[in-house]
Amino acid sequence: MTKFTYPQEQDLQRFVNARYRTAWIWQIVFLSALLLAILSLSALSLDVVDGAFGYVAYEFKKDPLTISQTPIDDLQKEELLTILQTSLSKGAYGKLDKEKPMETRTAEDLYSLVLERIIQVKTLETFPLYDSLFRKAEIEAYVQETYPDARLEFRSWLTPRFLTSPMSSRAEFAGVRTALFGSMWLVTIAIAFALPVGVGAAIYLQEYARKNFINTIIQMNINNLAGVPSIVYGMLGLAIFVRAMEAFTSGAMFGITDTNGRTIMSAGLTMGILVLPLVIINAQEAIKAVPDSIRQAAYGVGATKWQTVWSHVLPNALPGILTGSILAMSRAVGETAPLIIVGASTFISIDPNGPFSKFTALPIQIYQWTARPQGEFHAIAAAAIIVLLSLLLTLNATAILLRNRFQQRF
Amino acid sequence: MTQPETMQYAIETNDLSIFYGKFEAVRDVNLKIEKQKITAIIGPSGCGKSTLLRAFNRMNDFVPTSRVEGEILMHGTNLYSKQIDPVEVRRRIGMVFQKPNPFPKSIYENIAWGARINGFKGDMDELVEQSLRGAALWDEVKDKLKQSAYALSGGQQQRLCIARTIAIQPEIILMDEPASALDPISTLRIEELMQELKKNYTILIVTHNMQQAARVSDYTAMMMLYEETRSGTVIEYDETKTIFTRPKDKRTEDYVTGRFG
Ligand SMILES: Nc1ncnc2c1ncn2[C@@H]1O[C@H](COP(=O)(O)OP(=O)(O)OP(=O)(O)O)[C@@H](O)[C@H]1O
Ligand SMILES: [Mg+2]
Repeated sequence: MTKFTYPQEQDLQRFVNARYRTAWIWQIVFLSALLLAILSLSALSLDVVDGAFGYVAYEFKKDPLTISQTPIDDLQKEELLTILQTSLSKGAYGKLDKEKPMETRTAEDLYSLVLERIIQVKTLETFPLYDSLFRKAEIEAYVQETYPDARLEFRSWLTPRFLTSPMSSRAEFAGVRTALFGSMWLVTIAIAFALPVGVGAAIYLQEYARKNFINTIIQMNINNLAGVPSIVYGMLGLAIFVRAMEAFTSGAMFGITDTNGRTIMSAGLTMGILVLPLVIINAQEAIKAVPDSIRQAAYGVGATKWQTVWSHVLPNALPGILTGSILAMSRAVGETAPLIIVGASTFISIDPNGPFSKFTALPIQIYQWTARPQGEFHAIAAAAIIVLLSLLLTLNATAILLRNRFQQRF
Repeated sequence: MTQPETMQYAIETNDLSIFYGKFEAVRDVNLKIEKQKITAIIGPSGCGKSTLLRAFNRMNDFVPTSRVEGEILMHGTNLYSKQIDPVEVRRRIGMVFQKPNPFPKSIYENIAWGARINGFKGDMDELVEQSLRGAALWDEVKDKLKQSAYALSGGQQQRLCIARTIAIQPEIILMDEPASALDPISTLRIEELMQELKKNYTILIVTHNMQQAARVSDYTAMMMLYEETRSGTVIEYDETKTIFTRPKDKRTEDYVTGRFG
């Protein structure tokens, strides 16, 4: 008979120590991985924050205090209107009124006009947050020297006004309102399309499809589609939604005639297709995780397949399915390339008023602003990134709350 | 075959063979199961007891490779003939699984769901109470019907599964080692329950516990493997008394007396 031996005494001690050492090394490796991840995330957020706040050197033609006692930020629409009427020449006012009647303009709009036409603010240079905090004296000296007439002010580029103002060609007045609405419309359409279709496909693949050659191929393709570069989806969207289905996506079918196929609908559907594999795969995993014993129990009391799926499989898979849609939403909010291809508008200041409007979206806006040479555009790009991240966070938090509600199962 | 003769049995098999792909797991089984009696299926592990049991309510349909030859007759109809709906078969032949598997829902809902999907019309509260009483669980759970079934003990969960099964009023109840995960006291309760249930139902039970088979069953089917093909078959089927005291087959005797490997 073979003699089986295990380490004894000193050997045992050495063996045990070696085991603990290995365990410890791996623990350090995992911890470092985590730290690295946290570090890169912090670097990212710091970089964004660094750009969105800080000192600004600017000058204006007319001191705001000469036209109003209260800071013009706090003025109401009527007061702004009066300022414009009194300070602008008749001809200039009339011209503006012709473009769009002044009474119908928003307060934000009038505010920008006051800044642009009367006070004539001009941003000279922006400074990042880090320098503003720690090298204040240097900045002051530098500004004194380079721009003797300029004022230096600590400024947050992320303001309530930034959220509510539409697009503008001047960074000082520009806001993300249009883009924010565009993004929300986009995500809504994408999810409204991808969630039902994706969950349906996942149910079919998991519960109904037999394991044969064709279904294996389909499954493989879905897994691969999740990795296709987003720009390819953009081209697909352009060919199918913008061009081939123009009658539908432009809204012509519904009597809307002032747009072409480059609408929110096209972009939303493109995003929907883009996130579809993600939704399918996550839903499949969630469905797979439902224990078979529950299905057997249902079949055992004479349930049909549909009754089993509807009453047991889906409710138990729901939290997982929601997790998948969180990921999908995040992806849809952040993707840029397909939107450029499908044709997001580069300059648009009218809120989207339905799925058949022209649109822009947050990542597009960020992309365009960062592409500008002026520092103030980089600053508002940073502010827009913060808005985008907050939007993501809000969407995710909502989905997680929803998931936790559904997770309160037995 | 004359009708009355067929009707005498709850269910019967004719040369039943069950395959998983090319592998013949169960071969040539001929059983006539008596009505309102408890029939035990015993035999060593892997001889096809569960496979045979699951064939009775077409649970094997969910194994894509499985295939059946021969017939299983109930009221003279082959359960595997084309016009038979397996869903209907499972309603008429209920099943209690080896591991308790209540739905992740409330106790009440565990019973009500099966009834509802089968078109039950009537007082649901009453059905739930009656079924729970039938499964000897009512007194323990009557105050917490809305609570999760997962909060019950293993033995209680298994009795809930029995209650769920009798709520849809099947004719036959299949039990695959229903007490194997339970302590002796819960086991005893389930055994008592089976004696109670057999007044109304025909029961088929798979068990590894010889004492249990001897205690509860009226008939016993002994299964064994063919050495060369590894397929299982019924080598002896008789009254339990006979199987345990004067078995005809030497292998049965070895097995029930514990001399078998
Ligand atoms: N789903 C399946 N696919 C393929 N082969 C299977 C499947 N289920 C069971 N078998 C095979 O069929 C044979 C009989 O299995 P079965 O589960 O019926 O045995 P059993 O008598 O119930 O055993 P035990 O007493 O251990 O539960 C075994 O050889 C097993 O490997
Ligand atoms: Mg078994």
